[in-house]
Amino acid sequence: MATAALTVDAPGFGSRVWSWITTTDHKRIGILYGVTAFVFFLLGGLEALVIRAQLAQSSADLVSADFYNQLFTMHGTTMVFLAIMPLSAAFFNYIVPLQIGARDVAFPRLNAFSYWVFLLGGLLMNASFFFGAAPNGGWFGYANLTSTQYSPGLNIDFWVLGLQILGVASIAAGINFLVTIINLRAPGMRMMRLPVFTWMTLVTQFIVVTAFPVITVALVFLMFDRTFGTTFYSVAAGGDVLLWQHLFWLFGHPEVYILILPAMGMVSEVIPTFSRKPLFGYAVIVYSGLLIAILGWGVWAHHMFAVGMGPVADAVFSSTTMLIAIPTGVKIFNWLATMWGGKLSLKTPMLFSLGFIAMFVVGGLSGVMHSSAAADLQQTDSYFVVAHIHYVLYGGAIQGIFSGIYYWWPKMTGWMLNERLGKTHFWLSFIGLNLAFFPMHFIGLLGMPRRIYTYDAVLGVDAMNFMSTVGAFIIGLSTIVFVVNVWYSRRERIEAGMDPWGAATLEWSIPSPPPNYNFTAIPEVVSRLPQWSDTEMKAIPTEPEGEIHMPGGSYWPAVSAVGILVLAVGALLESLAFALGGAVVLVVGIYAWAFEPFEM
Amino acid sequence: MTERAQQQSHPSTATYLIIAAILTIITLVEIGVFYVPALQRVLAPILLLLSGAKFILVVMFYMHLKQDHKLFAAIFTIPLLIAIGVAIALMALFGVFVR
Amino acid sequence: MSEAAVAHHTSTGLDSRKMAFWTFIGSECLLFGSLISTYLVYQGRSVSGPTTDILNIPLTSISTFVLLMSSLAMVLALAAVTRGDALWSRVWLATTALLGSGFLGFQAYEFTHFVHEGLTLQTSLFGSTFFVLTGFHGGHVFVGVLWLLTLLVRSFQRKLGPDKSLQVELAGLYWHFVDVVWIVIFTVVYLLRQ
Ligand SMILES: [Cu+2]
Repeated sequence: MATAALTVDAPGFGSRVWSWITTTDHKRIGILYGVTAFVFFLLGGLEALVIRAQLAQSSADLVSADFYNQLFTMHGTTMVFLAIMPLSAAFFNYIVPLQIGARDVAFPRLNAFSYWVFLLGGLLMNASFFFGAAPNGGWFGYANLTSTQYSPGLNIDFWVLGLQILGVASIAAGINFLVTIINLRAPGMRMMRLPVFTWMTLVTQFIVVTAFPVITVALVFLMFDRTFGTTFYSVAAGGDVLLWQHLFWLFGHPEVYILILPAMGMVSEVIPTFSRKPLFGYAVIVYSGLLIAILGWGVWAHHMFAVGMGPVADAVFSSTTMLIAIPTGVKIFNWLATMWGGKLSLKTPMLFSLGFIAMFVVGGLSGVMHSSAAADLQQTDSYFVVAHIHYVLYGGAIQGIFSGIYYWWPKMTGWMLNERLGKTHFWLSFIGLNLAFFPMHFIGLLGMPRRIYTYDAVLGVDAMNFMSTVGAFIIGLSTIVFVVNVWYSRRERIEAGMDPWGAATLEWSIPSPPPNYNFTAIPEVVSRLPQWSDTEMKAIPTEPEGEIHMPGGSYWPAVSAVGILVLAVGALLESLAFALGGAVVLVVGIYAWAFEPFEM
Repeated sequence: MTERAQQQSHPSTATYLIIAAILTIITLVEIGVFYVPALQRVLAPILLLLSGAKFILVVMFYMHLKQDHKLFAAIFTIPLLIAIGVAIALMALFGVFVR
Repeated sequence: MSEAAVAHHTSTGLDSRKMAFWTFIGSECLLFGSLISTYLVYQGRSVSGPTTDILNIPLTSISTFVLLMSSLAMVLALAAVTRGDALWSRVWLATTALLGSGFLGFQAYEFTHFVHEGLTLQTSLFGSTFFVLTGFHGGHVFVGVLWLLTLLVRSFQRKLGPDKSLQVELAGLYWHFVDVVWIVIFTVVYLLRQ
């Protein structure tokens, strides 16, 4: 009957919006994540362009120092928490259930809840701009810059509450996907038959579930210091500002893997498909992913070599950092070996994957350079680090995500993206990123510190900064080409069919876009690459045998999310009435959610 | 339902009571140890051992990890070990052990 | 009904809700791990205000015992629900909630007493770390009590039969976890005070 509700003929605008608000379909939630995150991506990109415009020449005064602080803080925070993470989440949502042969995630309403909490958290954080009080303490918000003494405004409060809310969304989604992948696999889909993207999702969610509580606690301390006058980061009371750095990077380094592992998973799907060869060393990729999840907990203080932890700690964290480069580097060789002797087809998804490998190697190498405490002292807080992080996160994560977008777009929409525009997008983006980020290595080594709104001509980095700015605008242009591609291809509408790339995994065995129940019959998996296997999988019928009951919608997840937002606004305004009101809405939402009849 | 019934072979009431008795005794010993001046120097290892035993008893018997699927034990133990590792590392970094 | 039963079939044969709950508890390990770590690294570094001497060991021993006994009541409640014994389900659920509230009462007394002694959130590192750590734990107990009372109401509505024992089991997992966290806090904060 829920199926019927979704196909009522010609629903009005209101009921269409309502159906999105109440949806619990993992595919629609995936689209919501994707669209929302892309808008935040554009916003973060816009912030980057203003930053680059300001830095195009020495002693510029396009923006004030204070606004510049807001820009780089929001650029970093947005790209990490509101763009890359949720763009990956769009694919977790849309693709993972299809790859494991499931009809939905384990907890569809919790999934909707995660999305709404993410959306409202992101909106709250960005609403700060309207009050002229956007967060301005940097994306890692070091204490005691964030104390009320040095940041009396609401800026940091917006940041703290926004991140707390986003943490709730992430942990809820993390639990949901861990359970989904372990427990909702189709018969025969053994763990070692899971597609690599699903494996990397599993590892990522494990990291999310374990790492986010640490930043939650760090933020609670900060919030209490600011609101109730506790002394966690107060030197006067005998506290240590390094506590923040330790807690933040205990979360922050695993967070790097949260950002990059999904992209690695996408690339691991794309490269075999466009090389017409199974992935080389599947098991090694899987195990190195697991190893990263554990080792990732032992390297955090490499972000803190400059604070003077002493030779023993420096040596330990140097060594573990070099060690963790191994399971990361191994994957590079896996991908190269997959392509070796393969029949390469350089379609847009493959180009972005190749770009990913090349650029991730550059970012990875400068990362290993930081692992030497002695060298790091020269590089820390300079543009060299900015170069590194952008090679890893734009050259790596974003290129990987675009690879995934071009790859799975036909599955999600039923039509293909234009190849010519796709290739234009790739090459502009590739040239732009190298032009923008490569000079930063030198700018940094020549002594330009990051996060300073202007620089002097004496430093002699004018030309390179200008190059960098040009590169950034080329990246901006490439993104416009992508938007044009979507608009153009939608009109062109070249039907994709079930499996336009001749790919191997389960999601390509069903129509594009998939019906709301995904599989007419739950498939029985007999191999790791069902579409390429000699032992044929039992064909999935084109029509379902009987009516398939899918869970109906629910608005309680959205209501609960609103409760959390109101609660946060209460904390922001230090208004007990607001906070209590939010709490009431949240509690009512949770109870109604728990007791409403919901077929699963 | 049968599937559930099988995996739910929880301990008997008698076991629950015995565990409660042991937990009570350990707690009494802990408090006792605390007040013995002679033991002050080895207080930390003794108390950590005793409370560790309590922790394990509750988790194994009251939370049924002893009979339940190993996966549940793994899902709980791995983050727990990470948390313990983080705590020890932070204490070392802040010089708690050399103070 | 059969449709629903099929939908509940899982690849591991384990219930998804229970797996999710264990994952949540794993996540909570890191939450309390961070709080306890902070307490430990700041131990003995306060520059003013009362120190750990004001901790009342006899009183807290009693509240620890109360919480321990609530765990016993909790497992007995689960056993009663599983065997379909409505009366004893209610007795033990109510007992657990009552003992939990008792623990909270002790904590409320302790907190107010400390404030009178001059130890507040703002006083010192000890005040901040102590109140936030034990306060977080107390908050968890409070949520647990609400959960237990909800189950009690469901039992009185005759909606907590043996088929719903998983709901009680999950509440139990939460409750016992909160108990083991207290086992650690009692040892680390109270008995190993410096
Ligand atoms: Cu790092």
